[in-house]
Amino acid sequence: MPSYVILEKCDGCKGQDKTACMYICPNDLMVLDKEKMKAWNRAPEMCWECYNCVKICPQQAIDVRAYADFVPMGASVVPLRGSEDIMWTVKFRNGQVKRFKFPIRTTPEGKANPLAGFETGTDDIKSPILCTEPASTGQATLPTLKK
Amino acid sequence: MPNFETVVVDTDLLIIGGGMSACGATFEAAYWAKKNGLKVVVVDKAAMDRSGAVAMGLSAINQYINYAKGVNTLEDYVKYVRQDLMGVSREDLVYDIARHVDSTVHLFEKWGLPIWKDEQGNYVNEGRWQIMINGESYKVIVAEAAKNAMNEAGFTDWLYERVFIVEPLMDYDNNKCLGGVGFSVRENKFYVFKAKATIACMGGAVHVFRPRSVGEGLGRAWYPPWNAGSTAYFTIRAGAEMTCQEVRFIPVRFKDGYGPVGAWFLLFKSRATNAFGEEYMVTRADELPQWAPYGTGKPIPANLRNWLGMEDVMAGKGPIYMRTEEAIANLAAKYKDDPKAFKKKMKELEAEAWEDFLDMTISQSLLWAGMNIQPEERSSEIAAAEPYFIGSHSGASGAWVCGPEDVMPAEYRKQWEPIGVYNHMTTVKGLFTAGDGAGASSHKFSSGSHAEGRIAAKGAIAYILDNNVAPKVDDAVVAKMKETILAPMARFEQFHALSSDPDINPNFIKPKMFMFRLQKIMDEYCAGVSSQFTTNKSLLERGLELLGMLKEDSEKLAAADLHELMRAWENTHRMWIAESHLRHVLFREESRWPGYYYRADFPKMDEANWKCFVNSVWNPKTGEWTLKKVPIINLPV
Repeated sequence: MPSYVILEKCDGCKGQDKTACMYICPNDLMVLDKEKMKAWNRAPEMCWECYNCVKICPQQAIDVRAYADFVPMGASVVPLRGSEDIMWTVKFRNGQVKRFKFPIRTTPEGKANPLAGFETGTDDIKSPILCTEPASTGQATLPTLKK
Repeated sequence: MPNFETVVVDTDLLIIGGGMSACGATFEAAYWAKKNGLKVVVVDKAAMDRSGAVAMGLSAINQYINYAKGVNTLEDYVKYVRQDLMGVSREDLVYDIARHVDSTVHLFEKWGLPIWKDEQGNYVNEGRWQIMINGESYKVIVAEAAKNAMNEAGFTDWLYERVFIVEPLMDYDNNKCLGGVGFSVRENKFYVFKAKATIACMGGAVHVFRPRSVGEGLGRAWYPPWNAGSTAYFTIRAGAEMTCQEVRFIPVRFKDGYGPVGAWFLLFKSRATNAFGEEYMVTRADELPQWAPYGTGKPIPANLRNWLGMEDVMAGKGPIYMRTEEAIANLAAKYKDDPKAFKKKMKELEAEAWEDFLDMTISQSLLWAGMNIQPEERSSEIAAAEPYFIGSHSGASGAWVCGPEDVMPAEYRKQWEPIGVYNHMTTVKGLFTAGDGAGASSHKFSSGSHAEGRIAAKGAIAYILDNNVAPKVDDAVVAKMKETILAPMARFEQFHALSSDPDINPNFIKPKMFMFRLQKIMDEYCAGVSSQFTTNKSLLERGLELLGMLKEDSEKLAAADLHELMRAWENTHRMWIAESHLRHVLFREESRWPGYYYRADFPKMDEANWKCFVNSVWNPKTGEWTLKKVPIINLPV
């Protein structure tokens, strides 16, 4: 459908104000049906298949069924995203299965250190030197062009 | 019609958007705003962790100069962009972004982005300027650093997510931007952000043209469907001068899934061949001198590579295939005498090939799996996609902005002298932009957009320190804007009871059909896919006439809920970038980027008359458009 919600697994994020999928969808597609306590994708034809709802769902209740207007049926691609890497299971139309694992980050979640230890070389707001520069450029001075 | 509370937020700096350039701007602003005691507010229509064009991730960073180690020079990059865009680029902006981009990439790595390294510890290059990453969480990491920068600097309540900014707040008499207004897509609230300076970073535009897939696959655009031209709309409506609005981008990608081809062409050294096994880059090479000096230079510009492939398709020689099986066989060939090493290499290449898609275009993996395609066994089709507006890539559309003091040529500088020379300020006081919003500075991609956001933020803070006056906003103007922006909901409320179908009603048009009408006009009259990217003066004039009627009907858009209200305004934004684009294509009487669009009535490139920028201004007072030629000033490189 692009992304679709598996009814049996979705718990509506247990009655919180908004579900994880509603929080993350960049295109505002996921909605919670508060009567059924189930989420749904309100406009599958505007879905980019970015998989952010699939990756974030705490119940693994969201999957993607490839676009029916050009993809032959029967395949699936399922991620399992951890704090350091992501595991993908790719199932082919002919039943073949491939698995891949790739790193996603090298620092603990939430711990990106903004200035990353780079000193800022100037206090001058009119200078072209940005915060962390020139240190973060890898050389002693910011290049300029002799006019 | 429910009552909408009006929420007024006062700030010094307003950053609109949440993608790469907005995150760069937020990160940089945190530092300089704290130092100078200023307030910063960021407004994103989605959730910053996964908003913007990098929401899914990326498998490569396409701009890294590596100048400190002497691998490339900034001058090389300026020449590369000049060549790729057929001579049309703001070289001062390109140079400026390039000198900051390595710094930004080094920060990404420290923040936690895994960048591929070789045995010596150097980044692995995909091509000369591109480096390979494990980029599933690229956007999460970059957003996290921006948030940490703001939070650690002590700012609170600075981020407004799920608020869609519709319109600039203006003092038109003084050509000055005072912030922006919009609404929450989650609750009935109308937002007024008043700011001393505003940075518009809401990305490029998708779904202006009819896409190749129009069923469920409508959403599978190459660039994300949530990029609705909101930056261009914001700057055009503010009365800012726009540049290169004709320079759309047509990506040639794996057909339908739009998976990336960069790794295949550059890293795996794959060929593309037609149904007869001919390589159009070879068989049609003798056509390139027509586009000299660019056609005869290296690398061959993206639009000319497109063009040669398109000519093969028009000659009935399709499909065009990426020869993945051949490329992988060539790469593994040197291990052929050692079965164990061969198997290991094949496994490694297979994982690299799949990661390329899984990191940034998961749909393409799904399409391959659905078609039982294993790249080491058989080729895959590639095709030219529909047109997009993405000034950060090999397109160039966007606002005409001020360059850096130490590099900007005097000819450009004089335009800002009366209003203030601040890096990345548009021709409207207090309005800045970056990323897909800033024109004629192509090939900045994700990393350069972040660097450019940083540049714009420092420029904006400098502007605020010199112009530190609270914006004077007329309440009556705001009340009128609120009424206009919420009108589609009021219209639905007023008329929907007439019909048993909420979408079919003689009194209004719903956003979805409005978008289809726009896409059909642009596709058929302004050189879309179904017109083989070809148009002429008569088609364009007819298209403009139809756009005029669409514009009248935009005042009949109706929305049943907040989500539809967002769609109504997104599609209005699309309509404006469409009109701007069409007027630029009409004005430029030549074919300079044949693989992006082709003027059948002016089929040649005309260096004598059209080696220039085309700039335009929409006059907010009269509603008239003015277009003009602007000379290109080359840097001495």
